[in-house]
Amino acid sequence: MNEILSATVITGMLNTMFTLATPLLFAALGETFAQKSGVVNLGVDGIMLMSAFAAFYVVLQTTNLWLGLLAAVAVGFGMGLIMSFVSVTMKAEQGVSGIGLQMFGLGMSSLLFKVMVGTVKTVSGFPRLEIPLLSRIPFFGPVFFNSNILVYIAFALVPICWWILERTTIGLMIKAVGQNPAAADSRGINVDLVRYGSVCFGAILAGVAGASISISIVNLFQDNLTAGQGFIAVALVYFGGWTPIGVMFGALLFSVANSFQLWMQVLGVNVPASIANMLPYVLTIVALTVTVYRGRAPAALNRPFLRGEN
Amino acid sequence: MKRGDNDAKEFGIRLLVPTGGVASALFISALFLILLDANPVAAYGAMLRGAVGSTFGLTQTLVKATPLLLVGLGICIAFRARCINIGGRGQMIAGALLATSFALRFGAWPRPVLIATLIIMGFVGGAVWGFLPGFLKARFAVNEILTTIMMNSIALQLMNFLLQGPLMDPAGIEAGTFLAQSARLPEAARLARLVPRTLLHSGIFVSLAMAVVVYVFLWRTTLGYRVRATGLNPHASRYSGINVSIHQALSLTLAGGLAGMAGAIEVMGVHYRLVEEFTSGYGFTGIVAALLGWLHPLGLIPASLFFGGLLIGADTMQRAVQVPSALVNAILGLVVLFVSSSAVWTQQWIRRIRARGEVSS
Repeated sequence: MNEILSATVITGMLNTMFTLATPLLFAALGETFAQKSGVVNLGVDGIMLMSAFAAFYVVLQTTNLWLGLLAAVAVGFGMGLIMSFVSVTMKAEQGVSGIGLQMFGLGMSSLLFKVMVGTVKTVSGFPRLEIPLLSRIPFFGPVFFNSNILVYIAFALVPICWWILERTTIGLMIKAVGQNPAAADSRGINVDLVRYGSVCFGAILAGVAGASISISIVNLFQDNLTAGQGFIAVALVYFGGWTPIGVMFGALLFSVANSFQLWMQVLGVNVPASIANMLPYVLTIVALTVTVYRGRAPAALNRPFLRGEN
Repeated sequence: MKRGDNDAKEFGIRLLVPTGGVASALFISALFLILLDANPVAAYGAMLRGAVGSTFGLTQTLVKATPLLLVGLGICIAFRARCINIGGRGQMIAGALLATSFALRFGAWPRPVLIATLIIMGFVGGAVWGFLPGFLKARFAVNEILTTIMMNSIALQLMNFLLQGPLMDPAGIEAGTFLAQSARLPEAARLARLVPRTLLHSGIFVSLAMAVVVYVFLWRTTLGYRVRATGLNPHASRYSGINVSIHQALSLTLAGGLAGMAGAIEVMGVHYRLVEEFTSGYGFTGIVAALLGWLHPLGLIPASLFFGGLLIGADTMQRAVQVPSALVNAILGLVVLFVSSSAVWTQQWIRRIRARGEVSS
């Protein structure tokens, strides 16, 4: 037990925690925008898979990490356009269409991988970036300031997203559309356009989330690489009460559980892997249940807007 | 305009949505195949041959359709109460786990009693797995889509744990192979095979019977009527004294039960033991089948036959023309996107036709 609590292990565990929180954080911050505008995008997991593959493939071919990230962003945007067309323009039932998008992403990314790559290959992903001076701070330095650049971007996005939502006109429009689309419409806000924008922005972040797995955490692609992390990200938005800060704490809570479990395996603590793997999913259900009373959900969440009918 | 004409027109529209959705999905997937330098005609041809080109293929289509129909029926009941059940896979696993454990312990029971008990055990296992999300939705308004998805992962991990531990085949341990599978079920727990040298088993009759039972339940009983009312208009139902939450929880429990039954039957009829991956995509495919079958128990019968064929055809396609069977998931996803996109517009279309009919008559 002493070994588990030694300083190196704890710093290692916390460092892993921030890394593992990154994909969840990107995806959940993006989903916050979509949901604030009234659209539940359940296809996040499918978007992550498609983008993860795109980033991986581009890096495999060009070894250019930024080009890979760009590919992930482009694919995320494309998938976001599909989702917004289906759920905003065509007014589809969002739960069902999101599952459709997820299935499409799951199948298509696997198909593309098998045809275009075929065997397991690894790439060299974003390296650790020690921040001068800051990384020398005892404890905090090795925990946080010795991660790859996507980790820094993800956590920097938390205040930025908060600022956009709470302090800008765009944020106000997004919230108005999610709260009362008819009123927003009568004030001259283009409801559909705002929803398209929010969903696509969310999908771009989901794309980055996918890339953060395939070209910075595991540095490879395989079938169902995300293992449902996209769905956990959607759950985190509920858990975080539709605020970027809440979402961040949610992502950290999940990744600390995951990181703890990984380090237990590294240290050879005898817990069956499958039981430990259950933890994040059980935690999601518990988290969804205990946070449900917060009741800050956008009023028009999940409701397509038809002028004159709502 | 005559009434009959309108009914025919309406039926036509209702038929157009699923066929059009499937055709569009196949078309878009074909474009992807061309981009990937694969021949879509050869791929789809292999698929068709695999599904209906031989007696064995045909029986395999029926074998796949059997669990699909059951899972789809459950999803249908849930949908009717406005609950989206993504948990088919986990519920199948829960049902199969319970039925398998029971069969391995009580294999000496007389065959008819044992088989009936095992199917009920499957129902119970799945129902428990569906009840939890249903209860959380009813009591705490927790989103059932997310909880059913999480329950899938939990069931999967639970099965992995049991198959690598307490339920692992003792023969495999003795031989040193340590395969993650249970011991073979006793003879008395196996469903009869209908055609020699095929996997077609009598479970298909259970599926078909359940389709009729679900139809009668939803359209001929008060409880079923309440379930449907809950979904059609929750507010009106509440005012007329129907407890919406309880009926939604009930619908998810029943959905789980039917999927659990599918899990038990798949183990008893096809594999004769619990193996990893025995669910092979039935959970998701069941959703698509339910959507395409108009969320109607009888519409589900042709829909699950179609998707059963698609699943089998995909295996043949992978073997014959080396196009990965993952293509099927992409096709299924596209079908869902098309069908869910067209729902609102076809409803308006049908409403207009009905309105016109009423004016002229």
